[in-house]
Amino acid sequence: MSLWLVVLAAAAGTYALRVSFIALLGRLDDVPPRVERVLSYVPPAVLAALVLPELVLSDAVLAVSLGNDRLLAGAIAAVVAWRTEDMLATVAVGMGVLYALSLVP
Amino acid sequence: MSQREDFVAGVWDTFPTLPANIPFGFVVGAAAVQAGFSGVQIVAMSATVFGGASQLAAIDLLASNAPLAVVALTAVVVNLRYTMYSAAIAPHFRRLSERWRLVCAQFLLDTTFAISVTEFERNEDTDRLAYYLGTAAAVYVTYLAGTVAGVVFGDRMPGGLQLDFAVPLLFLALLVPSISDEPTAVAATVGGFVAVVAVGAPMNLGIIVAGLSGVTAAVLVSEMGVGQ
Repeated sequence: MSLWLVVLAAAAGTYALRVSFIALLGRLDDVPPRVERVLSYVPPAVLAALVLPELVLSDAVLAVSLGNDRLLAGAIAAVVAWRTEDMLATVAVGMGVLYALSLVP
Repeated sequence: MSQREDFVAGVWDTFPTLPANIPFGFVVGAAAVQAGFSGVQIVAMSATVFGGASQLAAIDLLASNAPLAVVALTAVVVNLRYTMYSAAIAPHFRRLSERWRLVCAQFLLDTTFAISVTEFERNEDTDRLAYYLGTAAAVYVTYLAGTVAGVVFGDRMPGGLQLDFAVPLLFLALLVPSISDEPTAVAATVGGFVAVVAVGAPMNLGIIVAGLSGVTAAVLVSEMGVGQ
């Protein structure tokens, strides 16, 4: 039951974010540039917060070393993302490197 | 072009992203069942929240027994970026009826936004509604199918495949292009660093605190730049 509340709250909150400016722009002429600028900082901040712990932590302990396969695979995938801006290529190369490294004894 | 052709074009242009999208739904379905969601609940969540990153963040927190309010709040904070997409796509939806605008909002996420706005800026004549709904239909249907498959087959996948790693890789593919100047680089550095430090934070508030710290730091840096 309480899990349904989580689903409901997350859905309602998310819809409010999605509809915000789409609904407002009927009344508002343009998005204030300042608001737009602040909003553009959200994706890098939140996405980095989701990615970095997955790469540098191993069982909640800092693991920055060549022995950390996920960190290496992530670093190479980051280069692919930067050069190609291709989602599929990034995921494919990252997974490929991870598999290759797991074969190395 | 006719509306029908524009709809099909929207579906077609979304195709290259689908091989990444289906496993995304799959991982959500599989992880959610392990964390204690029922199959119906997680499919309903995919249908309504419709955002893989936020769902996975929520599922992860739930699995580590975070308070439910923090779980829901984190899901919403991870989706804060949709506000930016809403602002950027709104001018293209101006001529739609109020009702269609409210419908379109539900399907706004990284792929539908990026593909649609690219097409709208390139092509004046494309039917906004038909094309956008084409991209939305392609992503929505495959994402839900992926979630259902994850619920049904999730526990039969060999653990050695390490499919969970596909998720940070997807985020990485979104993160890298979002860093375009000094403030966005600061946002990412601070957000990532705080998230690592705050990994054991009380009530699992880590991602929320990290995201807000990153944004605040970026605002400070850009304000200082303007002041000089």
